[in-house]
Formats: sequence, structure tokens, C-alpha cells
Amino acid sequence: MPELRSPILELQGITKSFGGVEALRGVDFALYPGEIHGLVGENGAGKSTLMKIIAGVHTEFSGRFLIDGAETHFRSARDAHAAGIAMVHQELSVAPDLTVAENVFLGNQPTNALGLVQWRRMAREAGEQLARFGIDVDPMSRLGDLPIGLQQLIEIARVLFSGARIVILDEPTSALSPPEVERLFATLRRLREEGTSIVFISHFIEDILHVSDTVTVFRNGRKVAEAASSATTKGALIEAMIGRGGEALEHSYTDDLMLPQPSASQVVLKVDQLSLSRSLKDISFEARAGEVLGIYGFMGCGQQELSRILFGKLKPDAGTLAVEGKPKTFASTAAARRAGVALVPESRRDMLFHQEPVYKNISISILDRISALLLKPAQERDIAKRQVEQLQIRPPVVGLDLGMLSGGNQQKVALAKWLTYPPKLLVLCEPTRGMDVGAKNDVINIVRDLRAKGLAIIVLSTEPETVLSLADRILVLKRGAMVREFKNEPVSKDRLLEAA
Amino acid sequence: MSSETALAGQRTRGLAPFLRSQMRNIAPFLTLIFLSAFFAFASPSFATLDNLGNILTQVSVTGIIAVGLTFVILCAEIDLSIASIANVTGIAVAYFTLQESYVNIANIPLPGAVAIILSILLCALLGLVNALGLTVIGIPSFIMTLAMMQIAAGISALLVRGQIAYKVPSLITTLGSGSVSGIPWIVIVAAIMLLGGHLVLTYTRFGRYVYMVGGNREAADYAGLNVKLILGAVMVISAVCSGIGGMLGVAHFGSAQQNEFDTYLLDSIAAVVVGGTSLFGGRGGIGNTIVGLFVLGVLNNGLDHVNIDSFLKILIRGLILLAALVINVYAQRLREKTAE
Repeated sequence: MPELRSPILELQGITKSFGGVEALRGVDFALYPGEIHGLVGENGAGKSTLMKIIAGVHTEFSGRFLIDGAETHFRSARDAHAAGIAMVHQELSVAPDLTVAENVFLGNQPTNALGLVQWRRMAREAGEQLARFGIDVDPMSRLGDLPIGLQQLIEIARVLFSGARIVILDEPTSALSPPEVERLFATLRRLREEGTSIVFISHFIEDILHVSDTVTVFRNGRKVAEAASSATTKGALIEAMIGRGGEALEHSYTDDLMLPQPSASQVVLKVDQLSLSRSLKDISFEARAGEVLGIYGFMGCGQQELSRILFGKLKPDAGTLAVEGKPKTFASTAAARRAGVALVPESRRDMLFHQEPVYKNISISILDRISALLLKPAQERDIAKRQVEQLQIRPPVVGLDLGMLSGGNQQKVALAKWLTYPPKLLVLCEPTRGMDVGAKNDVINIVRDLRAKGLAIIVLSTEPETVLSLADRILVLKRGAMVREFKNEPVSKDRLLEAA
Repeated sequence: MSSETALAGQRTRGLAPFLRSQMRNIAPFLTLIFLSAFFAFASPSFATLDNLGNILTQVSVTGIIAVGLTFVILCAEIDLSIASIANVTGIAVAYFTLQESYVNIANIPLPGAVAIILSILLCALLGLVNALGLTVIGIPSFIMTLAMMQIAAGISALLVRGQIAYKVPSLITTLGSGSVSGIPWIVIVAAIMLLGGHLVLTYTRFGRYVYMVGGNREAADYAGLNVKLILGAVMVISAVCSGIGGMLGVAHFGSAQQNEFDTYLLDSIAAVVVGGTSLFGGRGGIGNTIVGLFVLGVLNNGLDHVNIDSFLKILIRGLILLAALVINVYAQRLREKTAE
């Protein structure tokens, strides 16, 4: 039993705050040699922050940090690396234009006495390492030509075989297919036998229970539970993650919410058998006028790709789209806009002009409706003023550069640009991400108003609260496939998490 | 009202942030004033009305070409084929005109109006090729227009085969080398085109789209703009402006020959960038280009007045261009900081 040995890594009373907001509050954490330790918790619960402290990414915190029983303080990720700690971050960080072998040996290429890279040796060793992992690729092929899941596996392989004693995996399975996940788990178990300690973060609770020895649950920056995997269940973990009783400020959606009768109104969008390489598999659904369709799933489940296809940014490999019964293939975003589709993406940087005034940001999508050739700035400002008032954008100055507004208000501006001439279908990605409660409620009310006006609305989110607070019908995406539809039935955060 | 919104409202704009955000407009203007004052002090023949006329005439061809280039740079693209397209268009208009018997070119004489129309179609076509390469195939404009620079030079070479043509249609002769009540027509044409460019950029929907595509191309795409169409259009506009500059330039110089416009590539880019139009797109405009034209014009003209080593002139121009680039990049960074 690992508990009998002394921990390889021990953290005591770790507190970390970002600009006055506490991300971690007095967290204790211990990792034993030859242990796989699973971490679960909602977005923003503090898992990633803790791991970044361990990996030397965050160096400012209070509390004790011990390795092999000796107090340590890392000044950089390099220090952590030297101490045998390696991390695979949530976002893919590979060099797509280099070969597979170069990626496996990134920053660590074997060289001869002259300092020249030993290509043959590198290719051979990379091939051997990957073969141990069950990956059969030509080590000299370009990494970017491989499917995303394979790229992710290769990145994981690089870290796993770097000789680190402690390996941290942050959401490693989001882009992997079930057999790839199995292969990853087999490798993790083998490394555990060899004495490596592994921290495994995932939203997929079954995966955590399947592979880890110990599970720790985080909520709101605190460690709320720790248990042996064999002694707990998925239900118990979800309960610990969400917390019974709920938070005072917000509706916590722990209780069942009754979804209404499915709408029988006109079908605005019909999606049939949509597929996109490894991101989406045979997605079919309908969005109806006056209905909010929620699409929930974990990060990397294919939501982002789906939203981009609906707005003509990505072309699907297979499948059809029809708007109001007419088949459409969107060659560009302009074509999608003309067909009556509007998209508000999750990234504010991508969707707004930060160096331009608010009114130009609001009028950009409707300029062709208000001016044939010459601009009508007075009219643009009037329209913008109405939207600013209606959406309560602060400060209510339409001539101000957008960059001067706070994040929540920028998000409202992004919504505002579609509202003067409402589209037939509005696609919202993470519409309330990073907003405070007041701004969130504003957005919820705006969406309800639009639904009342007869728009078809699709809300895609990785936050169950967002989907639950808005949707009339909920689809659950899991690894690119539609796995569950909730309609006219009770639904709760537990049920959503359970399905995903 | 939520707590995070209250905070943003308190941020007010002082004078310092305003000046910082206007740095790209102020710096070129100060440079112009400084250079003018310096040359006026250094040479008695510089600050005369006659010489102002000289400067205006000298910058006219550059000015006409720079109108289109301003559109391109505002979109954060570049056009390196402007000088070659100017050259080939100037040669084409001469090629379609009856030459004196001693000119040894197997050309196709046509009526003046037809010659002019065909020449404009030629430069528009070359611009369209640039546009298609950039938007449909996805070749970066830097490389696409580099190829076009060679293609246009090749067409020029085939048309004149090392010879020199002298005649162009009478309309072009008038606009390029004539004058009306003492003002050269070429200055008037340049002024009209600059004004036209300014009006399009400032008061039309298309002009707004140019700024938005240059400011944040991804956001323009997410707003449902036809980004490719706008990028294609600016490439064609640039080629047509270059072509007009080339035709008038040929009349102005009195001859059409190979490599006649080579210096105009650098001069036009310099005029746009020295004027303060951002190489990253979305900032600047024709007003900036006009200031840039004057900075270059005053510099070129002034250096002739102060009796300086003519080889040193080239170096000085290079250094001024470098300084302008530094200010350009620096101003962008300052602005981004202010906007955050």
C-alpha cells in the first residue's frame, strides 16, 4: 500500500490568490511514489492552479512545499523540471511543423561530439518509445499531418518518457478515442509499476475511477474530499464536486429542473449526419423558432467545431445543413450571415475590434442594411445607443474605444451587433463565461427576450449552469458524438455530468 | 448594474493617453515641420513658391501610386508589384499609340481612348491576378506581388524589347506634362485621386470595411464580412492606381522604357509608412500618406538644395525610413497599451 510509504511530494496549507481572488485556500495535498492520483472539480475549482504551482508555473503562493520531505521553493518551471516534475498542459503544445521524432525529443535532442543532431538515433529511439506506447507512426513524418488525438498522445508520450518522477496530466483524454484512452491507461499503469507518480486531472469521472488509486475533489479552491478510488462512486464524487445546499448567490441547479414540452414551431435549422474528421461524428439535430437549444459537453467535445460549421468558418467532411428547409452549404461567414445565421464566439479577442469605438463594433454586421454606399454615422450611433441602453452596457458612451470596456460589457457588445436586425438563428458559445452574477443575469434576460421574439437560439457551453439556465432542450456531446437528449423531463447538474 | 461594469466607467481619458494614441499622426507631422525648417534655414532657394511647385510635381506620381497602396497597407497586406505595374501600364499605353518612324517597336497603334482603356484593363487584370492569388489560393501578398513584380516587368520587356517609345495619347500627354493656369495637371490629378481615396476610406461602407478588416481580420470574418472580397478589391484598386500613375509618369518623363519606375516602389511604401499608416493594418489613412509624401518630397528636394554628396542622399533616405518604421511599430505598441 502506497500510504505506508512517505510521500514524494507534500503540500501543506497552500493558498494562492489572483488579484485579491483566492483560487486556493489552505489546500493540503500528498503524492506517493508509484501512485496515480486523480483530481476532479468544476472549472475554476483550483485543480489547474494547484498543478501549476507543483510544476513551477506559479511561483508566488503561501504554504509549505516539500519534495522527499525537504522544503523546496521553485523559482521557475525549469526548477521543477530539474526536480523531476513534468506536466502535460490542457492545451496542445506541440510543434506541428517538426517531425514526430523532433517533438518527442523537443529541447532534448541527442547530439554527437560536434553538437550535431543524431537524426538516426533520434528517429530510432523515438520509434521505440512510441511503440512501447502502442503508437505506430513513422518518426520522421510531420507531426501536424497526424490526427489531433495522435498528436496529443505523442505529446503525452514525450512527457511520460522524459524520465520524470512526477507526471501531471491535465485533461489528457479530451481528444482521444476510447481505444487510445485504454492505451494511455495501460501505459500509465506500467509507469506506476516502475515507480512513477502520476497526477491525473479529468472531467471524465469514469476515467478517473478506472485508472487512479486515490481521488481528490476540489470545490471553490478547497479540497473537499479525498478517497481511495475503490471506495467511492461517480455519484458521490459529483455530489462532492457540486456541493449540496448550493451557493447563496447563484442558483446552483443541483435540484431537478423540469424542461418544457418540446416546441412544435417551425424548424429553423436542420443538421443531418454532420461529421468533421475526428472532432464530430454523425451529429443530427433540429433548432426551432422560439426555442433555446442547449448543447453541453466537456472541453474538446466538439462544440467549438460545431459552432464554426454552423457559421461557415469550417467546412464539414460530411453531412448537410438546411435553414428553413432549404439546404445550405456555407462557403463563407458572409454566406451564413446572409442566410440569417449569427454567431457569438467564446473568445472576445476574435470577435471584436478593440481599437474601434463601441458604435462601430455594433454596426459592423448591419452596415449593408443601413447604408448602400455612404456611411450614416448619425444613424449608426442612434442604433448603437438603443442597443447600449437595452443591454445596459456600461459606460453608456458609444464613442468610447471598445478596449476601455470591461470583459462582461464587451461580451454584451458582441451580442448587440446581431440584435438590431435579429437573425433567424443565433449561435452563442459560452455566452456568460467570465461574467459576474449581475452581467450573467443580464445576458440570460436578453436571451429570453430574443426567444420570445421567435429566434432559434443555440447555446453551447462547457458550464452546466449556463446551459441549464437558458435551454429548453439540451443535447449532450461527448467526444464528438451526440450521446443524450434531454427534453420534457427533469434535468440537473448531476444528470448532465452523468451523461457527459 | 454589475460590479465589474462600475469599474470601467471610472477610467477616464487624460491628455497623455490621447497624445500617446495620436503619436502616429503627430510624429510624421513634426518630422515634416522639422525638415522644412532645416532646409529653409540651410538654403535660401528652398523656401520659395517656385520650389513648392517643384516639390508638388515631384511627388505627384508617387502620390497617385500611394493612394492604392494605402488601401492595401490598411488591410495589413503589401503590394510589391506597384512599380512594375506602373511601368507596364505606361509602356502599354505607348505601345497602343502610333510612334515616330525612328522608334523600332512592332507596336499596335489604336485610337487614344481605346489605348487608355486597354491599358487600364491591363493593370486591373494584373491586380485581379494578385487578388486571386492572395484570396483564392492563399499566397501571402508579399510573395504573390513579388511574383507579379517579375511578371509585369517581363511583359514590359516583351513589349518594348529594349527600345524606347515616346508618344502617348494626347489626353495622357496633357495630364502628365501639361498645365492649366500655371498648375501642372499631374498635381491636380494626384490631388483629386488622394481626395477620392480619402472620401472612399472615410465616408463609404467599403472604406469602413477596409479599416475593420485591417484592424482585426478574424473579428471581421466573425462579423460576417466578405473578407476575401475586400482584400481582393484593395489589390485591384492598388494596381489601377499604379497603372494611372504609370501612364501619367510616362508622359511626364517624356518616354516609356524598361525599369523606368523602379525607385517608385520604395518611395510609395515609404510615403505610406512614414506618414504613419500602421503596417499592422487598421490605422492611418490618406491624410497620413499626404504627410508622408511631403516628408519624402521635402527630403529629396531639400538635399538637392544643400549641396550634399549625392551618394550620401541614398543613405540618409534609408535612415529616415528606418526611423519611420521604428516610430510606426512603437506607436502601435503604445496604442495597444492605452487600449488595454
